[in-house]
Amino acid sequence: MTGFFTFLKYLAIALWSAFVVTPFLWALTTSFKTANGITGGPTYLPWLQYEPSLNGWKSLFGAGGGIDIVAPYIDSLIVTGSASLISIVLGTLAAYGLSRFTYRAGFVKNEDLIFFFISQRIMPPIVLAIPFFLMLKWLDLLDSKLGLILVYVALLLPIAVWIMVDFFNNVPRQIDEMAMLDGCTPIEAFLRVVLPNSLPGIIVAGMFCLIFGWNDFFFAFTLTFTDTQLLPVAVVALNSSVTPWWSLSASALISVAPLLLVAFVVERFLSRGNLAGAIR
Amino acid sequence: MSLQLNDLSLRVDAVVHLDGVSARFERGRLTTVIGRTLAGKTTLMRGIAGLQRLDRGALQLDGRNFSALPAWRRDIAMVYQQFINYPHLNVFENVAFPLRRKGLSDAAIGKRVRGVLDKVGLGGFDARRPAQLSGGQQQRVALARALAREAGILMLDEPLVNLDYKLREQLRGEFRSLLADQTDTIVLYNTTEPAEAMLLGDAVLVMHEGRILQAGTPPDVFDRPAFMQVAAVVNDPPMNFIQGRKQAHGIELTGGVRIGLPAHLSRLATGDYWFGIRASELRFGSNCLNGRVTFSEVSGSETFLYVDTVAGALTAQVEGVHIHALGDSVSIDIPADRLFAFEIGGSCCLVGAPATGAQA
Repeated sequence: MTGFFTFLKYLAIALWSAFVVTPFLWALTTSFKTANGITGGPTYLPWLQYEPSLNGWKSLFGAGGGIDIVAPYIDSLIVTGSASLISIVLGTLAAYGLSRFTYRAGFVKNEDLIFFFISQRIMPPIVLAIPFFLMLKWLDLLDSKLGLILVYVALLLPIAVWIMVDFFNNVPRQIDEMAMLDGCTPIEAFLRVVLPNSLPGIIVAGMFCLIFGWNDFFFAFTLTFTDTQLLPVAVVALNSSVTPWWSLSASALISVAPLLLVAFVVERFLSRGNLAGAIR
Repeated sequence: MSLQLNDLSLRVDAVVHLDGVSARFERGRLTTVIGRTLAGKTTLMRGIAGLQRLDRGALQLDGRNFSALPAWRRDIAMVYQQFINYPHLNVFENVAFPLRRKGLSDAAIGKRVRGVLDKVGLGGFDARRPAQLSGGQQQRVALARALAREAGILMLDEPLVNLDYKLREQLRGEFRSLLADQTDTIVLYNTTEPAEAMLLGDAVLVMHEGRILQAGTPPDVFDRPAFMQVAAVVNDPPMNFIQGRKQAHGIELTGGVRIGLPAHLSRLATGDYWFGIRASELRFGSNCLNGRVTFSEVSGSETFLYVDTVAGALTAQVEGVHIHALGDSVSIDIPADRLFAFEIGGSCCLVGAPATGAQA
């Protein structure tokens, strides 16, 4: 019986893996194809079924009427990385405050503040486009990395706060108290005891921020023009009357690479350092 | 050298947590604080530790007021009811944590931590994480951390309540000898269990609804409970109370049962009283209080009987194994010379207690 369930389990895992990995393989083969390789039914094996070509990849570096992906790539890394870092640092601090201390300003309480943060994500982003545009214009930050970083922090901070509040609420308060009795000031208790035990939450929140920021097209498109161009916007320029699937596949792979890399690096921290044994 | 509490009070919304608590604790003595859940025991400790802001009251250690100091500057060690340890640190670093905050040298820390870990029976467990330990071991780590501090005040808030019975008995014994070593420390120990309070405490403090009802040595409190609530809390099972009328030559209990007037209650003014009798002093007899068994359990050498009588529900703790079916009629003898008498109404204070030492 258990053998059968193990079989089912692995079958499910195999199917899911295939579901997840196949698009990558598809994109990988397509990125080495030419217009000829793409027409006339699916093909998988280079040299045998189609003639591989580096045109797709070359077009990302300015060849054959393509684009130059390097500058937007670096801009995207800078903007997303900075915005995520700022959001995580501010969001973690804010979330700790909201989780541990009671605020009251008139009828506004902790839950209202938390809802305020979440509510930032309830309205459709398009509503924010014109206000952000006007604000950045007024600040003279249109078409700049700094402007985009500010906008992304405004968008990512709510996510970070939301995830971290929930996480801190599950870290027993007695741990902070014990740390204070053991001679830590509240900020030391946070840094020495609560933070190390919150690493998985910070990683999850950080991943969310990176993914949201990295994938944003809308604000990168509306708030920048020539000086600054982020990856998702730059890739659009690849499109022409004939869709260059090989170039798009190559750009998709190269776009997803940093997120994959981060996921592999932080994955091992997620399983570690859980709170078991803190309280029973 | 002492800790003095003056008029500690806390009210949250309409709920009274502490109501004018004043007490004095001496260095080198262990005081157990006994009271039901929600009696204010934990709030008292949190107030002393500085984890809970109080409405009013003053705290003095050796005559110096420390009410305004934040928790991290009070030098008070605490063991929680839950097993609180730092999950990301191993056993050694858990115990070393407060010492590192004090800035002790590595050598001094190593020596002290190893010494304390040996004492609590966790020598060789240095490298384990708390999650890799059993509940009893986790609580030993918490105790070791508190002991290693060598703080002036050590507070334990029902430290054994989350352990299973066997382990609780064992750790109670260990705690007793470990805490007896703390000759320079003021130790407070919260518990709901009379046995624990009596066994561990040099002094006992009885709390009820945020107030201290009685303070004294364990025999004081046990033999002369100042109030009905005290008598209920320091006896396990709780003392039985029967309403009755003291007359010139006898006592008439609710339901019309009459018993003879014991000598120690003879000077009581005629009138209505609560009469208290310990469960362990009820006997089977004849020609006495008749009732029906509503519940019965045998704990090896003793039988606990819950009996519905005309005078009210009684709990009897009888030696030996007595098998009774539900609804069986039994006759309970009430030894008049073991009766406590409490005022009816008002504070329900003690007005008559049996002589001590003659307990059966």
